[in-house]
Amino acid sequence: MSVMGPEADHYPHPHLLGIEGLTPGEITLILDRAQHYAEKNRTADKTSNILAGSTVVNLFYENSTRTLTSFELAAKRLGADVINMTVGTSSVKKGETLIDTAMTLNAMNPDALVVRHNDSGAVKLLSEKVNCAVLNAGDGRHEHPTQALLDALTIRRHKGRLHRLTVAICGDIAHSRVARSNILLLNTMGSRVRLIAPPTLIPSKIDRMGVEIFHDMEEGLKDCDIVMMLRLQLERMEGSFIPSVREYFHFHGLDRAKLANAKPDALIMHPGPMNRGVEIDSEVADDVERSVIREQVEMGVAVRMAALEILVQNQRNLAGDRK
Amino acid sequence: MMPAIRAKASGKTAFVNVRLLDPATGLDQTGGLLIQDGVIIDLGPSVNRDTVPADCRIIEGEGRCLAPGLVDMRVQLREPGFEHQETIETAGKSAATGGVTTMVALPNTDPVIDDVAGVEFVARRARKVGLAKVFVYGAVSKGIEGREITEMGLLHQAGAVAFCDGVKTIASPRLLRQALSYATFFDGMIVQHPEEPELSRGDMNSGELATRLGLSGISPLAEVIQIERDIRLAEMTGGRLHFSHISTAESVSVIRKAKKRGLKITCDTAPFYFALNENAVSDYRTFAKLAPPLRSEDDRQAIVMGLVDGTIDTIASDHNPQDQDSKRLPFAQAAAGGVGLETLLPVTLELYHNGHMSLLEAIGKITIAPATLMKLTGHGTLKPGSSADIVVFDPDRPSKIDPYKFQSKSKNSPFDGRLIQGMVLRTLIDGREVFTHTSCIEGS
Repeated sequence: MSVMGPEADHYPHPHLLGIEGLTPGEITLILDRAQHYAEKNRTADKTSNILAGSTVVNLFYENSTRTLTSFELAAKRLGADVINMTVGTSSVKKGETLIDTAMTLNAMNPDALVVRHNDSGAVKLLSEKVNCAVLNAGDGRHEHPTQALLDALTIRRHKGRLHRLTVAICGDIAHSRVARSNILLLNTMGSRVRLIAPPTLIPSKIDRMGVEIFHDMEEGLKDCDIVMMLRLQLERMEGSFIPSVREYFHFHGLDRAKLANAKPDALIMHPGPMNRGVEIDSEVADDVERSVIREQVEMGVAVRMAALEILVQNQRNLAGDRK
Repeated sequence: MMPAIRAKASGKTAFVNVRLLDPATGLDQTGGLLIQDGVIIDLGPSVNRDTVPADCRIIEGEGRCLAPGLVDMRVQLREPGFEHQETIETAGKSAATGGVTTMVALPNTDPVIDDVAGVEFVARRARKVGLAKVFVYGAVSKGIEGREITEMGLLHQAGAVAFCDGVKTIASPRLLRQALSYATFFDGMIVQHPEEPELSRGDMNSGELATRLGLSGISPLAEVIQIERDIRLAEMTGGRLHFSHISTAESVSVIRKAKKRGLKITCDTAPFYFALNENAVSDYRTFAKLAPPLRSEDDRQAIVMGLVDGTIDTIASDHNPQDQDSKRLPFAQAAAGGVGLETLLPVTLELYHNGHMSLLEAIGKITIAPATLMKLTGHGTLKPGSSADIVVFDPDRPSKIDPYKFQSKSKNSPFDGRLIQGMVLRTLIDGREVFTHTSCIEGS
């Protein structure tokens, strides 16, 4: 496996708050471990007791079925005890502040906190107040590191590498933490990233993150190895970002005709949940030859197992050092 | 003008061997200053140990600077209504520590200062506290709701020195036009918070950093669009219009042009905007969340140049105390604003230390310039006959800003941990010493 820079023999951070700051070696380390779990998860012997006795708390301030289930399953397959806490997003019924909640949970001595929050930076804020490992399961429009890692694992399994690929990320970039984490990861690993979206969904100065910007799908998809579609996050939109869903699909929805511009073996990806007929045509989404959308879900569990294992083991080593 | 019935220090006090700085007269000279019954009666090289009257208390200045007490034209006192964040008394202590002897308070309290009773309440409380002199802005609109103008004439008569809607933009062009026009009959000044409300919805300056942090950006355009529109209204009505805390390069350029055309436009900025840029919010530092937001480095430099060439008339602290619970939140939910009174002098002195302007010019921006703008006759100057409102400071002494040592009830400052030069040693109001730095306490 080719890696830019030195290989990492351990993951040196207490948390996984984002892709930003990770080296190619550290990313590869997580992916290699995740690959091990991906294989194990396809056998009858899926569980281990590697994290037996440890506690993982999933603290979700946003509704989520997929990510929450994925993290829960990952922790259970490692033998950890899991508690799910879903807190409403409405600030009216919130009552307790984020920091108070963090302190309260911290007092119960969990080994890892998996946190999703609708505000950018909220997970980092929380990580400063607790002494367990914190995994960012998505904060506002900032980062969603395990999503970028599972996308990378999926790509690596099909393309055999993460460098010298051309990846198009299409759609609602403005509201997407998935886009930011993927841009950071793919740039770090040596691939080229293109963003394709209407101008209102391209955030200001994002070209400074080392990406090429396109507004036209046909042009942007030309010779791409990977086509990553994003969900149109209508619930996060304040004001008129797009005139209508119909117009959006016409210009920026992925269908067979637009896809014809990408390489013939280009992979189709989507972080889910999909809005069929909005950003992606069912015919393309369900194309068994090229769509890896279901495999992304499968890799999600493996990546989260790897991340939980690495972080909780780090915590245990730290605790051991303290003794 | 607000009645100033305060205890004045009786007897005579003389400062000798000080560097006298009076930007109002251009005085920058070593000498002494004589105070009698709370009023400056003489100053200059002729005032020294040999010439002062025998019954006079003498304070040796050791060559330190003596300047008029600072005049801060944009302070939020938080009383009445938000006493958990600040009171007239804690703000007074904060001001004394910062060398500020005159404050002009915003009307966005609860209740809003939109009637004569409100003006009188603040005046009465400030008299009782007896620290910095407090003047108030009257609200432009009733309840600062942006619909109907207040009894501006009566407020003016009761002592309101100018009018603004606090931290809210006067968004309706019709309302602003009426306020500007109405206030011309008593030459009243309208102060605008220039942030176009629709475009300024967001968390920080727009650009690469906002995009990387996943925060929603506020374009610099939100400010300049508001300023350009309002300049038209000022031109049409002939009213006096002042823009507070301008933060962008474009704003400086637009205001510079308006001034050249002879319009009655003035503006100020706050130390945040010439000493910091948007990088201060990296890592989601909510203490650096301000309104308007901290801008790019190019904007910061343009603000400095605007101060140097006089486009920006004054510097105000924009003192906006926020309690911990309003700041220890995810960035998007955190309140905007920071404590300003105690860092106004040393951060303003950076303009002098960095070679942008003389010491006298820098002090002028926080003394005579705001006093003149607000028509506070006798404030911000050392002229004989003025109240002995004085600050003695060492312009060079270094220290590090530690918000936990603030006298303000709130401890949030974007300057947390900043290394500064310039230390207030003594603050006098009407000749009474209201702050003495520990290093100056006799016997220590």
